Amino acid sequence: MRSIPITPALPPHRTRVRALVARHRSEPGALLPLLHAVQEELGHIPPDVVPDIAAGLNLSRAEVHGVITYYHHFRSLPAGRHVVQVCRAEACKACGGDELMAQAETLLGCKSHETRDDGAVTLEPVFCLGLCASSPAIQIDDRLHGRVSPERLAKLLGGLA
Amino acid sequence: MKIFVPRDSAALAVGADEVADALQAELVARGLDAQATLVRNGSRGLFWLEPLVEVETPAGRVAYGPVAPEDVPSLFDAGLLQGGAHALSLGLTEAIPYLAKQERLTFRRIGLTDPLSLEDYAAHEGWQGLEKALALDGAAIVQQVLDSGLRGRGGAAFPAGIKWRTVLNTAAEQKYIVCNADEGDSGTFSDRMTMEGDPYLLIEGMTIAGLALGATQGYIYVRSEYPHSVAVLREAVQRAAAAGYLGDDVRGSGKAFHLHVRMAAGSYVCGEETALLESLEGKRGIVRAKPPLPAIEGLFGKPTLIHNVISLASVPLILARGADFYKHHGMGRSRGTLPFQLAGNVRCGGLVEKAFGLTLRELLFDFGGGTRSGRPVKAVQVGGPLGTYVPESQWDIPLDYEAYAAVGAVLGHGGIVVHDDTADMAQLARYAMEFCAIESCGKCTPCRIGSTRGVEVIDRIVKNQNRPQQVMLLRDLCDTMVNGSLCAMGGMTPYPVLSALNHYPEDFGIAEPDQKAA
Repeated sequence: MRSIPITPALPPHRTRVRALVARHRSEPGALLPLLHAVQEELGHIPPDVVPDIAAGLNLSRAEVHGVITYYHHFRSLPAGRHVVQVCRAEACKACGGDELMAQAETLLGCKSHETRDDGAVTLEPVFCLGLCASSPAIQIDDRLHGRVSPERLAKLLGGLA
Repeated sequence: MKIFVPRDSAALAVGADEVADALQAELVARGLDAQATLVRNGSRGLFWLEPLVEVETPAGRVAYGPVAPEDVPSLFDAGLLQGGAHALSLGLTEAIPYLAKQERLTFRRIGLTDPLSLEDYAAHEGWQGLEKALALDGAAIVQQVLDSGLRGRGGAAFPAGIKWRTVLNTAAEQKYIVCNADEGDSGTFSDRMTMEGDPYLLIEGMTIAGLALGATQGYIYVRSEYPHSVAVLREAVQRAAAAGYLGDDVRGSGKAFHLHVRMAAGSYVCGEETALLESLEGKRGIVRAKPPLPAIEGLFGKPTLIHNVISLASVPLILARGADFYKHHGMGRSRGTLPFQLAGNVRCGGLVEKAFGLTLRELLFDFGGGTRSGRPVKAVQVGGPLGTYVPESQWDIPLDYEAYAAVGAVLGHGGIVVHDDTADMAQLARYAMEFCAIESCGKCTPCRIGSTRGVEVIDRIVKNQNRPQQVMLLRDLCDTMVNGSLCAMGGMTPYPVLSALNHYPEDFGIAEPDQKAA
């Protein structure tokens, strides 16, 4: 009996990425807008969609990988349920930004640049939110916070599950 | 009548949305919601007073701040809608000395209007530069920009008109206008305020440039750390296009200008113009060698005018009121105004737009009110992270491009970060090297490797490991980075490092300034 080969179905996230590729491919310099769209949709850019992006834009996988890894904004791994970003730049340092980062590491039980083991939170540095006259500044998910005191930080981080 | 609560990011970051919600709820609760509407305006740039609430009265706009949601009931009790007296009263907004002493040319509209309202923009001298430009040919528009003396406000201070003329005179079937809105320097927010508070001003400036130079496509490259700016700009572009200010036929001129907002992705060096172009082209943000100049071979290899936000936002006024109006502000070869940004450990941080020529001491004390902590000012970094730390002996030099360059300092974009006497200048110097290592595009060895080694050398100096020799090595390394780097990332990282070493040797454990000060 002749066996009929079964093509495995594409995982849903790759189908979604291929749709995004089709939508963005004709834009000049499409790769960055496309990568933003993918990360917006999936929360990160899984390595297994790199071939779909490369094929869709007629680039090599190395080129696509090179762009993803060059830019701080693009994630190849999922972030925690909450992302806490503490500004490490000069104007925030001038008002205790470094101390705030150390406090965040202690309160969250998570080092900077890491996602906590339980997946609840990712803590990262950010270099300037443009709130330099309201320092020190942090961002939690989509929410900006300025003039953050140690007490305020404890309150903000305590509310994260 | 109107109550104004800013939607600027810095106001949002200290609870402006909650204040707006509380005000709206109180209006409803007191049956006043038919009498008053809430307008979310741009920020006046007096950030220590945010959230700053303004009320329209017959006498003018009256300000209260900083307002918290729990202050709202007592504000109404005090007669908020009539501008009544309250503990948080600041009087007439325009009479607040911090604001009254400024010369707001580029920032004259921010805070007055709903940033997205086309009617508000038009009612406040909006589009008048564009109207004038539509009646002129490209060469005449370029001449206005040349005559104004406008120099790039992003930091390099190159004469803007020369770039315009180069693009105009370079033949190509496609040209581009690119706005560098990658305002990555700590201590800067003038670009952000403009994008969030007066987006049509930037759009108008870019459209004038497009018409003048025959560039039919424009891109605004905005930092990913500025999501509110991106959102406001995208909405503004859509509304402007719907009203005929953008598109295939700008205001019936028969000329096209299409504007696209592109989000960057967290790379500091993409604030360098050629790395930005690479990024717009969908590549890694690696710096290009010049020549060729972007004005001749820029985006996708085509002639490109690439300018900072404030440079482009200065153009409508130059066209509307004429080059002479702009040129008559300022001093020497620094014509016009600069929106200085007071940041860091400063009591009254904010946006101070003034003609070139005042001094840093005036900014720090007459406007800034000294430090926020109340402790002495120890160090002031002018011109961003790649600018020098300016010691007190230099605080009376006029804020002018050439005057600052003459003492080895950098006026740049006017960003000013204040540090009090708890600052450790060796650690700040280390951070300058560390940041360079993190953000280096990797192309040149002096920047890529030099910054990494720079961190190690500073660590050894601080730990007193072979200190005298390591100090000499640091100076030598800085010399290599200054002279061997392709762009300002590696080329100017030594500026804060060496100024810290020269002016604050005690923080490095050195008893006296080195003889061979760079």
